[in-house]
Amino acid sequence: MEMLLECRNLSKKYRNFCALSDLNLSLKHGEIVGLLGPNGSGKTTLIKLINGLLSPSSGEVLINNQAPGIESKRIIAYLPERSYLNSWMKINDIISYFDDFYDNFSKERAYTMLDKLHLDPSRRLRTLSKGDKEKVQLILVMSRDADLYILDEPIGGVDPAARDYILNTIITNYNENATILISTHLISDIENILDRVIFIKNGQVVLNSSVDEIRTQHGQSVNALFREVFRC
Amino acid sequence: MAWALDNDRPIYLQLMERIQMDIVSGNYPLGGKLPSVRELALDAAVNPNTMQKALSELERSGIVYAQRTSGRFITEDEHMLKELKAQLASEHIKEFLSKMRQLGLKESETLELIKHAIKEDN
Repeated sequence: MEMLLECRNLSKKYRNFCALSDLNLSLKHGEIVGLLGPNGSGKTTLIKLINGLLSPSSGEVLINNQAPGIESKRIIAYLPERSYLNSWMKINDIISYFDDFYDNFSKERAYTMLDKLHLDPSRRLRTLSKGDKEKVQLILVMSRDADLYILDEPIGGVDPAARDYILNTIITNYNENATILISTHLISDIENILDRVIFIKNGQVVLNSSVDEIRTQHGQSVNALFREVFRC
Repeated sequence: MAWALDNDRPIYLQLMERIQMDIVSGNYPLGGKLPSVRELALDAAVNPNTMQKALSELERSGIVYAQRTSGRFITEDEHMLKELKAQLASEHIKEFLSKMRQLGLKESETLELIKHAIKEDN
């Protein structure tokens, strides 16, 4: 089967610092994958390369066999680490904006999800709590019919109930053909919703395995294995 | 409410055990329909692919069967249910016995304690 995403010998240098070195990775359709690694291991650099926000120093990124560009942005729904939305905008304005911008955005889906949250769509973004802001951003991303969803730290900095809501939203909107790549270091919270985990360390993949394989082989959770692999 | 799952064992196995338990205890009646993969995955708060795998394994064991268009159903075979119940019970007993051995109890002592506990329970 054709790969959805392939990174071949991917390297990214910032001056003398090597953020990614010779990284190889492929994702197929229909899986939820955790991108796990300590701070500074290269997670966000990798995600930015996949989204075409950075260009590689060497190697290549292919999405459906093409370099990042207009077509890849159409099929990738990306939740960045930091918000790029204007905080003076109202939720319903942003929804119209997304609806106008992306041909695969579903307004109905966005409003259905908002409704469940009991959030008034006429509120401005800056009046929302941090947790609600994160939820709105996730709703915007998950309301697209994308092939690849890339969520950079979607559950960082929100309370456990908001975390449950976010994970629930991810499972509900997941369809069998789409792939979701989630970067986080809150492993124990998301472990049960992952098919596979990728550990990255110093810009390289050090482990690429299914969650149940890890549990069968090591007799421990991904979280426990992570602590072992990345012990300081 | 997410299902309580252990951290150190494969998730799909635990999902299978939980569904088997629900079948044996009558939460899902014989011949009844199982909720969809998505509903079960949401309820358990697990990956739908993992739930799918658990259900496929249960299908292989014969305790549930799939009907092409209308979903998955629990077997109507009472004999199979009885076997499953016996199998689950023997697994629990084995586990219990190994714990009693760890406590340093002899078989006769364990048996006495069980009799005593049953009396108290009644």
